[in-house]
Amino acid sequence: MQKRLLVKGNEAVAMGAIEAGCRFYFGYPITPQSDIPEYISREFPKVGGTFIQAESEIASINMLLGASACGQRAMTSSSSPGISLKQEGISYMAGSELPGLIVNIARSGPGLGGIDASQSDYFQAVKGGGHGGYHTIVLAPNSVQEMYDLTMLAFDLSDRYRVPAMLLGDSVLGQMKEALIPHPYVAPADLPAKDWAVSGKDGRAQRVVKSLYLGDGELEAHNWKLHRKYQELREREVRCETAGLDDAKLLVTAFGVTARIAKTAIRMAREEGLKVGLLRPITLFPFPDKAFADATAVAKRVLCFELNTGQMVEDVRLSVARDADVFFYGRPPGAGSLPTPEELLAQIRKHYKD
Amino acid sequence: MNHEVFMAGFGGQGILLIGNLLAYAAIREGRNTSYFPAYGVEKRGGAATCTVVVADGEVGSPVIGNPGAAILLNPLSMEKYFGRVRAGGLCIVNSSLIEESGDGRSDLRVLRLPLNELAIEIGDARLLNMIAIGAYAELTGAVSLDALKAALTDALPERNHRFIPLNVQAIDLGAARARAAIGAAA
Repeated sequence: MQKRLLVKGNEAVAMGAIEAGCRFYFGYPITPQSDIPEYISREFPKVGGTFIQAESEIASINMLLGASACGQRAMTSSSSPGISLKQEGISYMAGSELPGLIVNIARSGPGLGGIDASQSDYFQAVKGGGHGGYHTIVLAPNSVQEMYDLTMLAFDLSDRYRVPAMLLGDSVLGQMKEALIPHPYVAPADLPAKDWAVSGKDGRAQRVVKSLYLGDGELEAHNWKLHRKYQELREREVRCETAGLDDAKLLVTAFGVTARIAKTAIRMAREEGLKVGLLRPITLFPFPDKAFADATAVAKRVLCFELNTGQMVEDVRLSVARDADVFFYGRPPGAGSLPTPEELLAQIRKHYKD
Repeated sequence: MNHEVFMAGFGGQGILLIGNLLAYAAIREGRNTSYFPAYGVEKRGGAATCTVVVADGEVGSPVIGNPGAAILLNPLSMEKYFGRVRAGGLCIVNSSLIEESGDGRSDLRVLRLPLNELAIEIGDARLLNMIAIGAYAELTGAVSLDALKAALTDALPERNHRFIPLNVQAIDLGAARARAAIGAAA
């Protein structure tokens, strides 16, 4: 049997990043993600990595931009209020077509909010949180194993498309411990060389990394180029998990930790004889719109479950078959009051029709 | 078989440690498990809770509304969580601090143990959490006592490994008291 470790979600992110060859980390502490910099600062010296606890979130995102511009695999991590501070830098990275990993172990807001789990950063993550009409690749793990696996995938996708990637977790996923089976990172053989990196021009032509385009027609062409990449991501990189779609009358959809709550609620519903299926987006951008269209050709009722007052449900409504009904259940987070499987089961019963 | 247990007490009573210990023991037995802690920003004195699921199949939700078992170490936990334990379930109550008898629910097995006094009897008041988890493992079979004891090396920092024999003694005491309680009931 492979070695199984009991690991905290935040540590799994750090382990995955180190395994994937990330050797530059820049960040500023904030609950509930500080285990990530703690782990990396302890382990980086052993692998020759560079860890900097910057003076602020804004400094750390711009250090990430710099390291990435030099062609290095690099990351930052924070939690919601800190991620807001990083938005300017993320926009500049998107404009400069720079890869890089931004981890958001989300907490509740707005403002300083609280330290409880929340999914209220969905809009910010998937719609481009800063200015200029860009997207980041957004991956939403739902287990400690996925915190590890998707961290590796985020680096690969980000490098391949030269689009910054975000791992969107929450304080439950960050703090909980589960079994993790670590595995060696294998770089995709077809990952393009970083022939754009400003790594010293000795012996070759000058390279420029920038987001400023003032020439006639330049910026329009640049934006069309970014748009084509987002379209390519939509066509090629969508990932989701499905279960029970063959006979489902009601489709439950949720991402991240709420998907875990949903899985138990669906199991309870199936035990009562209710035909309930699951569609869990793993990539929030690109969103699995075709999967929703296909699933709702069968299941005409959809229940979207979120730890907020309704965000992903908007993308679900845009994606389902025209004759499907979409219902929402969710609530904003509060101290010690996570929704339970029993609570969601009541909603499933309410919206279910044979 | 799925085992879900909710544990609650003051920060400092060792709730998170025995939650961790149970999860490490489950891993040692090759089972699936999730350990989900929730606690205040205080180091001591605030509320500390955690939910542990031990499963042979996939662990679904790490958050459980009505757990099959609960370990309640202080009066506030009793007040807040006793009513949530699923019918037919088990509740281990620290009678040293909790006056309420739990007689109000006839649909539960309630084991009242004077954990603080028992811990002092074997030499250290801080052992009360280990007595509780020993009783829990004995009554539910969620993990074996052997796995629980072996997992002490995983859950305790190395500097505290010298206390392992004392912790083993506490786990055994909890198991023995649980067995005695079953014997008395039968």
